[in-house]
Amino acid sequence: MSKPDGPGFVRRVTGKLGRAPEPQVDEDLWASIQLARHAERPYTLDYINRICSDFEEMHGDRLFGDDPAMVAGFGRFNGRPVAIVGQQKGRDTNERTYRNFGMASPEGYRKSMRVMEIANRLGIPVITLIDTPGAFPGASAEERGQGGAISRSMQLMWRLDVPVIAVVIGEGSSGGALGLGIADKVLMLENSTYSVISPEGASAILWRDASQAKQAAQAFKPTAANCYRWGVADAVVPEPAGGAHTDYDQAAAILGQYLERTLVELEALTPAERRTARRDRFRRLGPLRDPENGMAMVSGRDTPPPG
Amino acid sequence: MSRVGRNINVSFERLRHLGHRQDRPRRIASDAGTCPKCDSHYSADEMRRNMRVCPACGHHFAVTARERLEQLGEPGGYTELWPDLRAADPLQFTDLKPYVERIRDAESSTGMGEAIVCAELEIRHVPCVAAIMDFSFMGGSMGAVVGEKFARACEYAAQKGVPFVVLSSSGGARMQEGTLALMQMAKTVIALDALADARVPVIVILAHPTTGGVWASFASLGDVTYAEPGALIAFSGPRVIEETTREVLPSDFGRAERQLANGQVDAVVDRRELAARIGRVLAILAPPPGQAAQGGGSLQWAQDAAGGVGRAAQSFPEAARKAINKILPSSGDDTEGGK
Ligand SMILES: [Zn+2]
Repeated sequence: MSKPDGPGFVRRVTGKLGRAPEPQVDEDLWASIQLARHAERPYTLDYINRICSDFEEMHGDRLFGDDPAMVAGFGRFNGRPVAIVGQQKGRDTNERTYRNFGMASPEGYRKSMRVMEIANRLGIPVITLIDTPGAFPGASAEERGQGGAISRSMQLMWRLDVPVIAVVIGEGSSGGALGLGIADKVLMLENSTYSVISPEGASAILWRDASQAKQAAQAFKPTAANCYRWGVADAVVPEPAGGAHTDYDQAAAILGQYLERTLVELEALTPAERRTARRDRFRRLGPLRDPENGMAMVSGRDTPPPG
Repeated sequence: MSRVGRNINVSFERLRHLGHRQDRPRRIASDAGTCPKCDSHYSADEMRRNMRVCPACGHHFAVTARERLEQLGEPGGYTELWPDLRAADPLQFTDLKPYVERIRDAESSTGMGEAIVCAELEIRHVPCVAAIMDFSFMGGSMGAVVGEKFARACEYAAQKGVPFVVLSSSGGARMQEGTLALMQMAKTVIALDALADARVPVIVILAHPTTGGVWASFASLGDVTYAEPGALIAFSGPRVIEETTREVLPSDFGRAERQLANGQVDAVVDRRELAARIGRVLAILAPPPGQAAQGGGSLQWAQDAAGGVGRAAQSFPEAARKAINKILPSSGDDTEGGK
């Protein structure tokens, strides 16, 4: 191939400069990333319908429209009311188009914020289910303030007095995922990913070649276990053997147990305690070198996730 | 001296030897330039005097963070905050080039330590804290250092009770720091609330380009938001949108003027008016002690401040140079690592 930016070129250059050979692609890691966006993977409503004994879905942001890529509403979870919001992907071609592949527009974030504000006023805990390749990249979304919708969603979540739990259930990519991610506790399903960008997007930007997704995934290592080590996730929720798609009921039951345990833990704290801990949790993330303090500041943990 | 400890990994170690480079001569591509819009040519000196705006057509060239501070501040300069924070390499990241090498290249080509400079200064006599991004350093991308400096600047401004001025110019989160770079969006959004609690205003200036995770975090949360003419302001860039949706975008997609029409910014402000404009709005929202009490005093003061722009613009290169020399470490400073 004659394309100068192809993998052959990379190998040649790195070889010439005497650097480590091209990293081996870890097939387990790639398999896990593929499971995170498996076509049969349970989506937000699959979990809601199993976790909640009752669910009232809300529609519309009261400003412009209703975004089917985002589901938001109130339900009963183990006898208590909860607000649940999350991106919703579609199963077949029609539904995928209807749900816009789980890529929310500003209306989606604003609907979700509307529900969270009600929950906060009524003292109802908030649970977010994150599953998106990113916020919708479209001219219409930009015109209606995609950036501000995401930042304000984060700001609102940080300001909530009620307990907030975020769960990455599948693919958590870019600011579109983080827009639902400011929580007291962040849980990640075993085969979910949380990344600054999708492997394909990274490949196109950093390798200037869309076919390097595997290598990009290898470089980002955005698995649940790694996110736990970095301090990005607080717990890794096990999936049924073979992945969540093999047994929806069991996957939802395990998630329900983790949510219950986490809620009980959070309900024991005062709103002020929760908010301080929520702020500090995000304030710590991101290692850097600070000569003033003599050392590198390191976030994260040395231990693998329990279980 | 090796205060930067030994139990850090190889990439830290490699970076450690870089130290400060601000004192070395720097050549940036935009020192002299030809206007891409009207082909006028300007010497480095003309560029600097014109605040890197083409006098013929008004095209706004890129400006480094330190030059921004000279443009915005008073004679007497600014005090840079936390200049020593440096990136780590948490993922041991390599794409076409190792991350540590990209950092080293960025440091030597820009003379900067990171993509943001935080400083304490006065803008038209109003004391404030500023966080200024620099696109020339790895596309102004936000990694842990940008997030940390930004958060510290918020907390510092809140503690001092002075306004916070942000100038964004960034392609978004720094890919090479992966998920932890994404988390800086959360960190900066939360840190901004320290200013809300302290009841001081946040002024955001959107420079070209402000995209991705920076637009979707602190840059879209200003109390007052100005954009420079022609600045691209978008969450997703035009190329990504065209590739994903097959839409054909207008040539002014996401540009400041269009984002004004979309209701995303308060005003498009020419760079040559920027300091006066910030001074004016700060005089209204956060008058310095003593100015607030006199009815109408703030307005009069604002007009004075605005009138001062011409005088300041004429005198700033010399004064600014002095200010810079004052704050930069002299060469051979032992923060180089004692090598
Ligand atoms: Zn021109």
